[in-house]
Amino acid sequence: MTKVLMRGNHIVGESAIRAGCRYYFGYPITPQNEIPEYMCQRLSKLDGGTFLQAESEIASIHMVIGASMAGGRVLTSSSGPGMSLKQEGISFLSALELPAVIVNMSRGGPGLGNIAPAQSDYLQATRGGGHGDYRNIVLGPSSCQELADLTFEAFNLADKYRIPVVILGDGMLGQMMEPVELPLELKIKKLPHKDWILTGAKGRPSRFIRSLILDPVEEEAHNWKLMRKYERITKEEVKWETFLAEDAKMMVVAFGIAARIAKGAIKRIREQGLKVGLFRPISLWPFPNKVIKEFTERIRHFFVFEMNMGQMVEDVKLALGGSSEIHFYGRPGGIVPTPLEISRVITSKYHQKRLG
Amino acid sequence: MEKVFSRPRSLKKTPFHYCPGCGHSLLHRIVGEVIDEMNLQEKIIGIPPAGCAVLAYNYFYIDMGEASHGRAAALATGLKRALPDRVVFTYQGDGDIAAIGTAETLHAAARGENFTTIFVNNGVYGMTGGQMAPTTVLGQNTTTSPGGRKEKRDGFPVDLSKMLAVTKGSAYIERTAVNSPANILKTKKAIAKAFQIQLEGYGFSLVEILSPCPTNWKMDPVEACRWIGEVMTISFPLGILKDVTGEKKDAY
Amino acid sequence: MATGCIEIMPELCKDCKLCISVCPKGLIESSDRMNQKGYYPVYFTEKDLKKEDRKCTGCSLCAISCPEIAIEVYRD
Repeated sequence: MTKVLMRGNHIVGESAIRAGCRYYFGYPITPQNEIPEYMCQRLSKLDGGTFLQAESEIASIHMVIGASMAGGRVLTSSSGPGMSLKQEGISFLSALELPAVIVNMSRGGPGLGNIAPAQSDYLQATRGGGHGDYRNIVLGPSSCQELADLTFEAFNLADKYRIPVVILGDGMLGQMMEPVELPLELKIKKLPHKDWILTGAKGRPSRFIRSLILDPVEEEAHNWKLMRKYERITKEEVKWETFLAEDAKMMVVAFGIAARIAKGAIKRIREQGLKVGLFRPISLWPFPNKVIKEFTERIRHFFVFEMNMGQMVEDVKLALGGSSEIHFYGRPGGIVPTPLEISRVITSKYHQKRLG
Repeated sequence: MEKVFSRPRSLKKTPFHYCPGCGHSLLHRIVGEVIDEMNLQEKIIGIPPAGCAVLAYNYFYIDMGEASHGRAAALATGLKRALPDRVVFTYQGDGDIAAIGTAETLHAAARGENFTTIFVNNGVYGMTGGQMAPTTVLGQNTTTSPGGRKEKRDGFPVDLSKMLAVTKGSAYIERTAVNSPANILKTKKAIAKAFQIQLEGYGFSLVEILSPCPTNWKMDPVEACRWIGEVMTISFPLGILKDVTGEKKDAY
Repeated sequence: MATGCIEIMPELCKDCKLCISVCPKGLIESSDRMNQKGYYPVYFTEKDLKKEDRKCTGCSLCAISCPEIAIEVYRD
């Protein structure tokens, strides 16, 4: 299949369209502006394509809710402050069990922050982010190809489980250009029929979609219902990748763009003869707890590297349950460290722990 | 003897949970009558508010989808754009639409989104116990405007319908009340017209209805209806503010 | 002159008295028998009268004003 050279943000748009997405509601915020711009161009040429630049991220997430209630495959995207604004809407999407795909091209924060790439929204994304007991599926692509594949899959996952899916990217991923093989376009008409959507009560009893459940007994039952869904997803949808892990004495754990940097670092380190491997979670929720724990049978040292002050490291600590030593190196605020810098930090720790 | 008045078919038989004399009960019936008479039951989708009418879906035999507080206009935008041949309406209180939801409503009107908003104005935040609302009039006593709304301390009330009438995308804006049988019938006519405007694709339509809240106004229902006529209509005069199909084509 | 009559469903009535305030002939009054919700529902004073003795014209102002849809109206 032919590859095309495309920018990350454009790949998100194109992949979404090919997954049958015909609705985009969003708001400009750097570093993801190319996503609404691309969707605007593409959707204007498609039958039934609807693009709307809303007056705020709050408005756009609620437009997503509306179009999802009508049965459409819907996309929105944002960064930093915009993602925070969307959280009430995302909580509602979860409670209402509505499918949607939300792309976060993370940037330096907190507050207005900056427009440089960061990974400081990991906890926000993987803990639901808004109020209430819920989780979203969170996917962490680390290459443009993965952006293409995971964006496409996100729509299928969202529909399959009736759940919001967050693509946790970052400013670098959104801006970089790599050759990618785009997914084959889905035929919208062949998508499975949704028997719960709001379309007007023609030929059937009327229905309503709501999340207000005043009776605590019923609300508890609804929460457990969501929980059982999350358990199913945890069983079926965990994704991860390892790199040079077979004989590793130290396992680097990184996601997204940090994992790309880590791979470069590990290649350098291996040239020095040090046995370091990489464990890369791809599904950040559900986090590959069981899989990473299995490595503790022969690996005593895990080195978590992220572009934040320590977020995924909490999940690693939870997963390992104290069975190995965990080291951490983070650069927050939009700093993108080089593979050289990371290789030096890892090497130093490797020798400090006398891993030979 | 012929039965000339009974419950609309599109309303469930569920007794209303609203307070005695509440405008919501009247409005639900009015909306039900319009849905019946215009045969919209199979193609209409409603969006209830966060407010006393949050459970509106318990009363209508129509598809309804919940919005979070204030965001119904955005939800309606997404829904109507996805299903342009259905009739979409939001049903919102004054806090929902004119406080937290101002931006979404204004921009939906500016874009000329082709849905209808039923704006129930009772000058207070009813469900939460009677706090001051954007449409609380000067001098009106509420739990957060003790002694009556004062200009300097509490600011002026907001006339959202007037603001929306100025916006070019709005096609039909009318203000009515439900404090008398005559006004109830006018309200019904206005809502029917708003749905017709939507069916003909003219753009954003809104009917603001001055509605009694006897409980939070601390009046009995008859008094409350009188108060609407004597006090509320001074700040919020009844009538058509905008009608692109009639004489009020331009700004208010 | 049309003749009419109304039927009030006491279990739906919340005694708001709006119907009483609008009936042009004063044919509705409060009762002293509580309903299951704890309200004293109003009643149609001409309920037990024969058609020729009734003043009710079936104008429906009461039903139009009733928030609870507790009144049904019949007319010739």
